[in-house]
Amino acid sequence: MLMSRVLLILLALALVFGLLTGRISQVSQATLSGAQQAVELLLSIAGALCFWSGLMEVMNRSGLSKRIAALLRPLILLLFGRDGRDSEAASALSQNMAANLLGLGSAATPAGLRAAARLHTLAQGRGEPPHGVFLLIVLNTASLQLFPTTVAAVRAACGASSPYDILPAVWLSSAISVATGIFAAKLFRRLSP
Amino acid sequence: MTDLLIPGLVVFTLLYGLIRGVDLYDAMICGIRDGLGVCLRIFPAVLIMLVAVTMLRASGAIDLLAAFLAPVLRAVGFPPDCLPLALLRPFSGSGALSVGSDIIRASGPDSYAGRVAAVMLGSSETSFYTIAVYSAALGLKNTRYALPAALCADLAAFLSSALAVRLFFG
Repeated sequence: MLMSRVLLILLALALVFGLLTGRISQVSQATLSGAQQAVELLLSIAGALCFWSGLMEVMNRSGLSKRIAALLRPLILLLFGRDGRDSEAASALSQNMAANLLGLGSAATPAGLRAAARLHTLAQGRGEPPHGVFLLIVLNTASLQLFPTTVAAVRAACGASSPYDILPAVWLSSAISVATGIFAAKLFRRLSP
Repeated sequence: MTDLLIPGLVVFTLLYGLIRGVDLYDAMICGIRDGLGVCLRIFPAVLIMLVAVTMLRASGAIDLLAAFLAPVLRAVGFPPDCLPLALLRPFSGSGALSVGSDIIRASGPDSYAGRVAAVMLGSSETSFYTIAVYSAALGLKNTRYALPAALCADLAAFLSSALAVRLFFG
């Protein structure tokens, strides 16, 4: 429903502004060129997306993602406090974060939902609001991905001289964003009654 | 440095898999098939969003909004061309990919706005969608401060994308 509204607003704005600016014929042509661009975009990034997807399957099967998850345990203790000492929650949380770091979106969500369910149960047992769940949600709404391969594929398709040269900038920006999200969550928690 | 990183990661992943006795060829083939599935799954949403965004761009609405907000955006060093991406990012992943690639193509992948759009795509997520998935799965009625905190993180990602591009690419 949310997306239906977003779509309707975008199209209504296009119609109204097209009439106001006298560019309605361009708006009409855009229905064709936009659809064509969608096919071109998908075709141009499909190869890279599939290749990385193949490599990620190797990371999953070889246990590399589990290895990285184990390295994240101390961070989880730090972020989630006593919830992080619960082994079931900590294991699901670390798998969720490792999958996010590696860009394994399809593995991140199931692990995240398992972690959220456990954190929810722990909070209910203490009769508290599920602050751990809120923090987990905030972490998952920020991007932790180390190798944004789809973006690099889009840049390559547009003729970038070095498609991956944005990586350090992405890491810096992601780190600032995640830190802001954690800080905001902890701050709002304190401010909320 | 980044030129070495990607081939290094590829070789390391394959070597690690080999040592752990993974059937590399089979794993790659299965993963690639999954990737093809992802492409097909996101295609309908990408098509709808690209048509909508191309229409909106053709109507001049985006230019007008960007021109209207340009003084504010320039004050914080944010490229006005990337404004539509910032507005759509929290709502739709496919939409953000569509708008982002539109900006990267129109401004050029090595331009300031093109790079900022790419970094924004790489450093933010679809907040509303993520919150919807988690609260639906748990049956949470109230996510309290999760949405405001997530939007703070998004805003920080957008502003720091511009900052990071200026820092690394002058």
